[in-house]
Amino acid sequence: MKPVPELKPVLELENASFAYRGRTDPVVADIALPVESGQSLALVGESGAGKTTLLRMLLGLARPTSGAVRFDGDELRPRDREQMTRFRRDVQCVFQDPYSSLDPRRRVGGIVAEPLRSLGIDTRRTAGPKVAAALERVGLPADAAERYPHEFSGGQRQRIAIARATVCEPRVLLADEPVSALDVTTRVKVVELLGELKREHGLTLVMVSHDLSVVASLCERTAVLERGRVVEQGPTAQVLGAPAHPYTARLVASVPRLPTAAGPG
Amino acid sequence: MTSANPLESTASTPSTPSTAPEASAVKRRANRSYTLITGCAVAGLIVLLALVSFLWLPYAPDDTSGGRLAPPGADHLLGTDKLGRDLFTQVMTGSRIAVEAGLGSVLIAATVGVTLGVLAAFAQGWLDDTLSAFLDILIAFPTLLLAMLIVAARSATLESAILAIGLAQSAVVGRVVRVLVKRVLAQDYITAARTSGTSWLRITAGHILPNIWPTLVVNLALQFGLAVLAEAGLSYLGLGAPPPNASWGGMLQEAQSTFTTAPAGALAPGILLVLLVIGVNLIADGLRDTLDPAARGRGV
Amino acid sequence: MNILELHDLTIRTTDGRTLVDGLSLALAPGERLGLIGESGSGKSLTSLAVLGLLPAGMTASGRVVLAGAPITGASERELTGVRGRDAAIVFQEPLTALDPLMRVGRQIAGPLGRRRGLKGTALRQAVTAALEQVRLPDPERVARAFPHEISGGQRQRVALAMALACEPKLLIADEPTTALDVTVQAELLTLLDTLVRERDMALLFVSHDLAVVAKIADRVLVMRNGRAVETGEVREIVGAPREEYTRELVNSARRLESALDLRSGR
Repeated sequence: MKPVPELKPVLELENASFAYRGRTDPVVADIALPVESGQSLALVGESGAGKTTLLRMLLGLARPTSGAVRFDGDELRPRDREQMTRFRRDVQCVFQDPYSSLDPRRRVGGIVAEPLRSLGIDTRRTAGPKVAAALERVGLPADAAERYPHEFSGGQRQRIAIARATVCEPRVLLADEPVSALDVTTRVKVVELLGELKREHGLTLVMVSHDLSVVASLCERTAVLERGRVVEQGPTAQVLGAPAHPYTARLVASVPRLPTAAGPG
Repeated sequence: MTSANPLESTASTPSTPSTAPEASAVKRRANRSYTLITGCAVAGLIVLLALVSFLWLPYAPDDTSGGRLAPPGADHLLGTDKLGRDLFTQVMTGSRIAVEAGLGSVLIAATVGVTLGVLAAFAQGWLDDTLSAFLDILIAFPTLLLAMLIVAARSATLESAILAIGLAQSAVVGRVVRVLVKRVLAQDYITAARTSGTSWLRITAGHILPNIWPTLVVNLALQFGLAVLAEAGLSYLGLGAPPPNASWGGMLQEAQSTFTTAPAGALAPGILLVLLVIGVNLIADGLRDTLDPAARGRGV
Repeated sequence: MNILELHDLTIRTTDGRTLVDGLSLALAPGERLGLIGESGSGKSLTSLAVLGLLPAGMTASGRVVLAGAPITGASERELTGVRGRDAAIVFQEPLTALDPLMRVGRQIAGPLGRRRGLKGTALRQAVTAALEQVRLPDPERVARAFPHEISGGQRQRVALAMALACEPKLLIADEPTTALDVTVQAELLTLLDTLVRERDMALLFVSHDLAVVAKIADRVLVMRNGRAVETGEVREIVGAPREEYTRELVNSARRLESALDLRSGR
């Protein structure tokens, strides 16, 4: 856990604030958040705390009203095509709702191949083997490529979404509540899959989640947001194990736990 | 959001539907092709009538030799109107006008409406407001007034009527398309496409149009029916196809006064009008379902 | 006498699929039963069937007896009499359960006025009392607000106040905390626990979350694919599940939870 000196963060929010057009009160204010390679980061907090806005800024979908988003140390410039292509290739995302994240009118093969084709890495013809590899990686059979999303369950759809996000071998995967829409047995398996991708493919996760057990399973670092500000950030064990901020403490205490001992008493 | 599929399970192989839903899916699929076939048959009959009218007509459209209000018989299949013209001949030329009016208007409505609708959906802020306001004004503008303006600028022809109807319908189609596109734009798969560097043009062609198509096609079919009816109305007012090209609407209007004595004059165009509209709507329903992979099932 | 009895409840769609298959259960007054299952297990449909609220295109067979009165086969009119008085329901998403165009106070006043025949000042006081009893701060302000003007947790409290307005003997809660933040969920569970105890109501708590059910229920019934898998005391089920499926459910939940244990307490 020793920090490597002079290692630039892959992604970084630098004193970033965001406010909707025509509004003065910012959704998030003055966020300084580095994402270092191999140090997966969890963003936790109440709904409306600004977690998703942070994610959208990190994805380059929302531009900070002040401050900056940095990618490999350089400020993200949406007009710089060369940089954006590198950025899109290295930073991919997975969403919460597996039903809205896959185009119902496309075959799975086409869905998974989209990043390859849009980024000009492959054509429809040459994408095949990579799509098959991506599907295999997430534990789906190769013939899944010929099917439509509605033929799959929620957990399988989430696997397809992960296959799409990892097909171009990105370095960072941004995930917005990736397992909260899934049943608990499925949830465990998708969490395991994400852990495997971290270990075997060096993927760094940036994950929004309200489920602290998922956070603890997958992320080395945790940042706690409350009303648009980061109130606490650090190693997950420290933040969740010995919360410094009262809100974090309340959050940890609120997690419902299974009764430990069997039998009466 | 939760699916009622009992196979919403943990298995990592794609679920295979159990036998009971499979059987009902087959039934549904059969119903669907039945819809499409019926629609094609009904509308096709009228299109056929229109096509044949170019090659052959029982009588010349202006032949008044049949005598006034002759009843249906061997000489005149549906009888004659009050000027002695053969009704079947009129119905045949009328079908030509009906199909032309429907297709022409829908073509205009689809081209202009989809373009405006997509633009309005993508536009934000003042541009969205301006485009929506423009569409609203066009919707509020009476088709009749629009038609009169166009006729004044050009002349009272079928083309003028089609142009007026098509433009008026563009606004309706545009409004519908705008809402449909907005709904698709809010889906996560659009965001996923954007973060994969997909251009807006490709997103429109690859994601948006295929996903709004089913609803759009049904709406256009509805517009087709309305266009046929609107043309009939304009013809009656002398703003549509000029005589002797009797449109069904014109025939209906003419036969109104003699309905009790010679009902065939009103019934024939009336029934065909209804059949055409129903046929086109059945086609639209069938198409929508066949185009939907979720309803279609695998490999069909 | 049991407040609720299901005998061989079976729910089918018109195209012949069986969504709930021969489910039987009994609930004594004041008892708390957790109905647990994953999506598609039929747990929510079961809770709807108790009030005769099945969506169109579904038919229930078997017997549902609520407070001694049969629900299956009852007319809509008889059902209206039962709903709210004998049993009331709280849904997952309070935003869709409340009318967005009606002030909160008026929505609660509706059932209060109908059931208790209250009017004017008495009604207004009853509304305030109803909001107070679900521990809403500043009940008068909340009563004047529209549903979108209050937070998700507050909306769920309003929905709860509406359900309790007619003092039902059975409260059905269908994933009432799933859409809420963890801290708000904890508060609402505590509130629910207190209210059910104070009023000696029976509770049918439907959820996919074993840990949440364990907090509020005494007994659980595990459902899968429309069938009952296993039933028993919460501690028994969680501590020593007998069925394979229950074991998988418990293990999955434990596996995720264990991540928290490893990290904490350093």
